[in-house]
Order: sequence, then C-alpha cells, then structure tokens
Amino acid sequence: MNIVLIFLITIFSVSLFFYGKSKTKTISIKDNIKLNALPKFYGYYLVLWCSIPALVFLLVWSLFEPVIIKSIIIETAANQGAIFSDKNEANLIYEKIKAIHLGTYFGDIDSILRESALAYAKFINLFTNSKVVLIFGIIIASVIYSLKKIKNNNKARDDVEVILKGLLFVSSLIAILTTLGIIFSLLFESIKFFSVINIFDYLFGTNWSPQRAFVRDASSITAAEFEELKDAFGFIPLIAGTSFIAFIAMLVAVPIGLFSGIYMAEYASIKVRRISKPIIEILAGIPTVVYGFFAALTVGPFFRQIGENLGLTVSSESALAAGLIMGIMIIPYVSSLSDDVINSVPQSLRDGSYAVGATKSETIKQVVIPAALPGIIGSVLLAVSRAIGETMIVVMAAGLAANLTINPLESTTTITTQIVMILVGDQEFDSPKTQSAFALGLTLFIATLILNYIAQRAVKKYREKYD
Amino acid sequence: MTKEERLKKRHRAEKRFRFYGLTSIFVALLFVVILVQNIFSKGSSAFKKTVITTEVFFDQELLEIQNGASQEEIMEADFYDIMIENLIKAYPAKDRDEEDELLKLFSGDAEIEIKKAFLNDNNLIGKTITLDLTASDDIDQLHKGNYPRDLPEERRRISDFQLVIYDYFVENKKISKNFNNYFFNNGDSRDPELAGIGGALVGSFYSILICLLLAFPVAVLASIYLEEFAPKNKITDFIEININNLAAVPSIVYGLLALQILLATIQLPRSTPLVAGITLALMTLPRIIIPCRASLKAVPPSIREGALAVGASKFQSVFHHVVPLALPGTLSGTIIGLAQALGETAPLILIGMVAFVVDIPSSPVDPSSSLPVQVYLWSESAERGFVEKTSATIMMLLSFLIVMNFIAVYLRQKFEKRWN
Repeated sequence: MNIVLIFLITIFSVSLFFYGKSKTKTISIKDNIKLNALPKFYGYYLVLWCSIPALVFLLVWSLFEPVIIKSIIIETAANQGAIFSDKNEANLIYEKIKAIHLGTYFGDIDSILRESALAYAKFINLFTNSKVVLIFGIIIASVIYSLKKIKNNNKARDDVEVILKGLLFVSSLIAILTTLGIIFSLLFESIKFFSVINIFDYLFGTNWSPQRAFVRDASSITAAEFEELKDAFGFIPLIAGTSFIAFIAMLVAVPIGLFSGIYMAEYASIKVRRISKPIIEILAGIPTVVYGFFAALTVGPFFRQIGENLGLTVSSESALAAGLIMGIMIIPYVSSLSDDVINSVPQSLRDGSYAVGATKSETIKQVVIPAALPGIIGSVLLAVSRAIGETMIVVMAAGLAANLTINPLESTTTITTQIVMILVGDQEFDSPKTQSAFALGLTLFIATLILNYIAQRAVKKYREKYD
Repeated sequence: MTKEERLKKRHRAEKRFRFYGLTSIFVALLFVVILVQNIFSKGSSAFKKTVITTEVFFDQELLEIQNGASQEEIMEADFYDIMIENLIKAYPAKDRDEEDELLKLFSGDAEIEIKKAFLNDNNLIGKTITLDLTASDDIDQLHKGNYPRDLPEERRRISDFQLVIYDYFVENKKISKNFNNYFFNNGDSRDPELAGIGGALVGSFYSILICLLLAFPVAVLASIYLEEFAPKNKITDFIEININNLAAVPSIVYGLLALQILLATIQLPRSTPLVAGITLALMTLPRIIIPCRASLKAVPPSIREGALAVGASKFQSVFHHVVPLALPGTLSGTIIGLAQALGETAPLILIGMVAFVVDIPSSPVDPSSSLPVQVYLWSESAERGFVEKTSATIMMLLSFLIVMNFIAVYLRQKFEKRWN
C-alpha cells in the first residue's frame, strides 16, 4: 500500500513539475508579464509542496500505526475475555490474531481469537482507508495553496531555496535526534533498573552475577528475591576488568604507536612513509571480529601452551591475550594521531635546538615531545576510549565470569562483554537483568563521553597554541 | 668522561632511538603479515570440498516414480532407499555396523544430491551413473590434512574402521577435491560440510544497501548545511558537538539504541537487514559527515565568489559549483564509512542477527545473518570444519573491504582537484 502511495505521489509530483513550468511560461507570454523566476522553479515549487507534506505524513503515520493498532487490539481482546498476565503473553496473543488475519495460523481458534481477528481486520481497513483519504486531502490542500501562489507570480526561486534550506537543516538535526535517542533509550531502562537496585549497591558492589537475578514478576519482587538481587549487580569487578584489559592494550599500543608516529614524522623518508603509513592503518580497518577470532583461536591457545611449558596455569581466555590483540588494533590510532600532532610542532623549535648542538633524538625527546605533549595525551585518551568501548575482541577472547584479579593470565570480563551476554538470545523484558545491560551501556556512554571531551579539548587547545 | 666519549655516547643514544622507532614500525607491519598469513593458511582450504565418487544405480523397485516424472513428482519422491542401497556398495562392508560406519562418511545431503542428479535427467531409471557425493566433515578435514590420524582411537571422531575405508577410497582414487559450491550457495547449517555464507552475503548486502540509502543523502545534506549555510550560533555549535561525539560513541551503544527504539518501541521485525541497515546508518552518519565536510571545506572560496559574482544565488553557487567539486571526496568518505559498517558486529548481535537462519533471505524484512556475525557464530562452534569456514568467511569479508578501500582511494586520486 505504502509503495503504491509513494508511486502515486511521485507521478503527481512529476506531472505537476511540467504543468507548473509550461503554465507559467504561457501566462508570461499571453499576459506579457515578466516572471519573478525561471519557469522551472515554479515546477520545483509545486513538486516540493506536493511531495514533502504527504511523505512526512506517510512516514509519521507508518511509524505509529502498528503500535496504535496493537494497543487497541490487545484491549479489545481483553474486553472479549482473553486472559494474559504480562506483556509477553499479550504480545503472543496479538501475534496469533495477526496470523489468523493473514491466514497463516494453524492452531485452535476459539471465539475470543476469532472475534479479535475480525476486529483486527476492521481496524486495519479503517486505518488504511483513513490514511489514503488523509494523504489525498493533504496533497490537494497543498497543491491548491501552491498553485495560488504561482498565479500571483511569487519569487519561486527564493521560495524553493527556503524550503530546501529547511530540508538541509532538518538533515543536520538528525545528529541531535540520534544523541537524544541514545540518551532516552539508555536512561529509560536504567531508571527502571535503579528503582529496584540502589545506585550505590551498583556502583560500589564487588560481586557481579546477573544470572542469579532471576525474577518471575518484576512488578512485585519478594523480600527474598530482593536480597538475592541486591548484591548481584556490583559494578566494581566489571570496571576493574575493563580497565585492566584496556591497560594491557595501552602497554602495547602506546610505545609501539608513539615510536612509529615519531619515526614517521621525524625520520622516515617520504617513500618509507608513503608505504608504511597505509599498511599500519590497515590494522584500524580490519573488523574487530577478525581480531577476536585470531585472539580466541590462535593467541589464547598459544599463550596457554607457553604457560604449560613454563609450568604456569594460563587461562585460555586470559586478559593478556585479549589485551595484547586489542593493543595491536589500537596502534594506528595512537600512531597516526601522534604523527599529526608532532608534524604540527613548528620547525623553528627544532631549529633552535639544533642550533645549540643537540642531536636529533635529543631534540625530539627534550623539545618536540614536551611541546606536543597535550596533543599526544589527547590521542592516548582517544585510544583509551576506543579500548573500553571495544566489544568483539573481549566477547570472543576474554572470559565471562567477573573475577576481581590483577593476574593477566587469569580470565576477566568487561562491561561490553556483559552487555552482549545479557542481551543475546531471548530476553525477559522488564527484568532487572535485562535492564542492567542498559545501565552498563549508560555507564559506558558517560565514560567514553568524558574521555572524548577531555581528549578533544586537549588536542584543540594544543592546536590553537601553534596556529 | 672526555668530550669524545660523551659525543660517542650521545650518538649511540641517537642510533638506539632510531632503532626503537624502526622496530615499532616493523612490529606493526609484522603483525599485519602474521594475521593475514594465519587467516589465509587456515581458510584457503574451505574453497574446496572433499567428494567421494560413487556409482548410483536407479533401481525401479526402490522408487515410486517412473521415467519422465514431472518436477513436482521427483521433489516429493523418496530417494532414501536408493541412497542407502548405493552408498553401502561403495565399500564391501561385512555387517550392519560396518555399513552404518560407511554411511557416516557421506554428508547429510547425499539423498538430495542424488535427487538433484535425477532432476537433471529424469530418464535414469534402470541406469547407472557416477556421482561426486559430498563427504562428511570428518572425512573432509582428514583428506585436507587438518585432522591428525595418529591419535588413539577414542580421542578421534573417526573410527579405525572408517580410516580403513578412507584408505581404500584413496587407493582406488574414489576420493577427490572439488570446488565448494555449498560454501557460496548455502545458508547456515549445523553440519560444517553443508554450511555456507550465501545467507550472510545476502543479509550483508541488504544491510549495507539500506545503510547507504539512508546515510548518504542525509550526511551530504547535513554537511552542506553545516559547511555552507549554517549561521554561527548556539544551535550550530550544538549540532557540531553532537556529531563529533557520536563519531566516538562505542558501536555497542548503537545496538542498545536500536534494541530500545527500533525493536521495542517501533516494533520493526527482529534479526532483519532492515533494522541492521537503520542501525548501521545511524552509526555511520557522523563518520560520513566528517569527511564530507572536510572535502566541502577544501573547495576554495574563489569558486563560490565567482558564481555569486555572475548572479547565481547562494544555492546555485553551492549546488552547481561547490558540491560537484567536492563529490569525489564525499564519495570516498562514504565508501570508507560503509566499509566500516560492513565489518561492524556488536550492534548486529544485539538486534538478534545471531539467530540460526538456514534460509537465504529474499527481502530485507526476512531474518538473516551478516558476514561478520557469521564469523562470530561459527567461531563459537566446536567442529574443526567451522574453523576453516570461519577463516574463509573472513577472507571474503577482507576482500570486500580491500575492494571498497581501493575504490575510495581511486576516486580521490583520479577525480579530486588539488587547489594550490
């Protein structure tokens, strides 16, 4: 149906374009008046008025129609006498009703379902009809309005540009909408979570075991269940594991990345630079799931083998393997950013240092790096925020159990791993366990936001200093 | 310490410092090589499959259809007896147990393969043909040399007797390797020898197509607005801060966004390329806007001023002159953004693309998988055959990424104007 409507709107728009163009032309010749814009702009003007209101209406309607119909149908089913105790059962009944309507349901159909299916068919019909009527109403109204404008010889080019500028503005607003969407969706579930679990129990608890927190009915939690829940969601082991793996990653990425950045900015010939820089940046382009596979299947077992030979017990999901591979993934972020930063240190500082007899490495160590330090710290912070938000490597190569440990040979877990583990497969919505994933997401979002903010400030301040 | 000694020491420090730099670059490059070599050595064997050459006799007594049967009749007919009768003749087995072990050497699709041969030529009753039937995963891995045969029997998945049959096949040249059509055509399967990336390829294609259709126009329009029209005010600043932050938000957060808004609120169908495409579009949008703005900014003001000077409106100067000049940079930024989206896994896992889907999706609203998610799914499986399949999927994924990046670089170098 929607496709037919879009097709009709397109046809109307195209024909209105030619109509507007030729109509204004003939008017100007017949009445011998000077048009305020080229004839084609009158065509564009009509097209915009014909299509945009109708399409916006169609989009909004299609977003809300299923939700509204669903709530109406569930209500009618309840009035018919259908019994469901929670949202999941209501959904199931709704799906059944839909399937009966489509003729794809092969179970037993009782009178409640049949009546509801009839009601469903009725509402679908009603909604579709009113949608079509309303869309045609909108098209007719807006076309009449715009034709009247054209008759009065409006400044069509200016008007078209105002509309298009509005369109450009709306597209740039999508960035704000996405941010709002993220904040809304994280907060919405997190608030529900924190209404059950005390925020201090979450932030300072030292035990993370959400699988224990099985609640049958989230709206009425018994005292015994609450005791279980209370200390099942301690955040400390997760932030410890996340920071620990990120720390190992930075131990790998910072020295290698920084030294390669320095070498490429200060020593490498143009030829070496032109070849090695893109190859190092390949590391940033490889999907993280590939690193995860490599870490889990090659590096993890390899470390365990070495450990066995040395008489150490190394977990096959050790923090070391995950951290090492994550560090390698991050090398290009550190190297290319610090390369940029070092390149923008003014040559005069170096020349001054050479003039008093310093060697190249002394100049780098004592003049260039101190001058570039804020920028380098900024790039390291950006890399840290990448490391704590990285998901696939840790999901595949780090452990699932939340151990509080600083032994890199044992397995630890991270925030992102837990989010994935909680949300993969069938989720019981409205249970504290599912909501805890959103609380973790909110924590992660805030943490990366702060890191990025500081990093971007540092880099920007540094840039301004030498511009 | 004399002057000379100190100078020598300083020069040694200089050399050491250079050496550290060179070593770091070398380590990074070495890792690229190790990773690629590791994946290729594991994955390249997946493009071939082991087949067992078997004679198949279509016995009228075991079939309920006649020569010249129609397509529907053949599809409905039972070929199980034909399969059993012919497969046990592949090796002179002595009793039922030995026959069972022999049958396990063939894939679960042997019956379908025989049926397909009959579909191609429906006059085969009473005749004997030779068919290359796909071998089971264990034999496949053994034949490719990935499976050690010198382990004690209880630690092997292949019994001693099956090894004897295998050696008999090798001796009589009945076993060989063919092009693995299943790997490209089939959907997912529990049996490694039948599993393929067909479904994941189609799913990834639809997701990226939707991502492109949504993200590209919006990103281009938004960057034109911000670069060319936006007044310097609080709203513009706020939009810019938002874009920069969104580009750095971890991808898994976009998965949570999709879960809450697209699945729970708007109730789009789970596990589908449609939802994946929208999620990836939201994620890639800021990553495309940033290079788009850079390439618009690179067009010198003289172009705009020239257009304005001959009477063009602001709009005409932007859309007729600035945007076409910035197009190569815009396109290459978009392609790089899409390449990142193609390799993205975490948000797709959250929207349920990890479901086990056998069918190849026929539209963007069918449940499906995608290439990186398929890598994740198979890497969790225990069978040896899936390691090879996972590596081969990674090879396919990496080759798509390489092609996309090459196109991006080519566009930029070939068409971008340098302004000096």
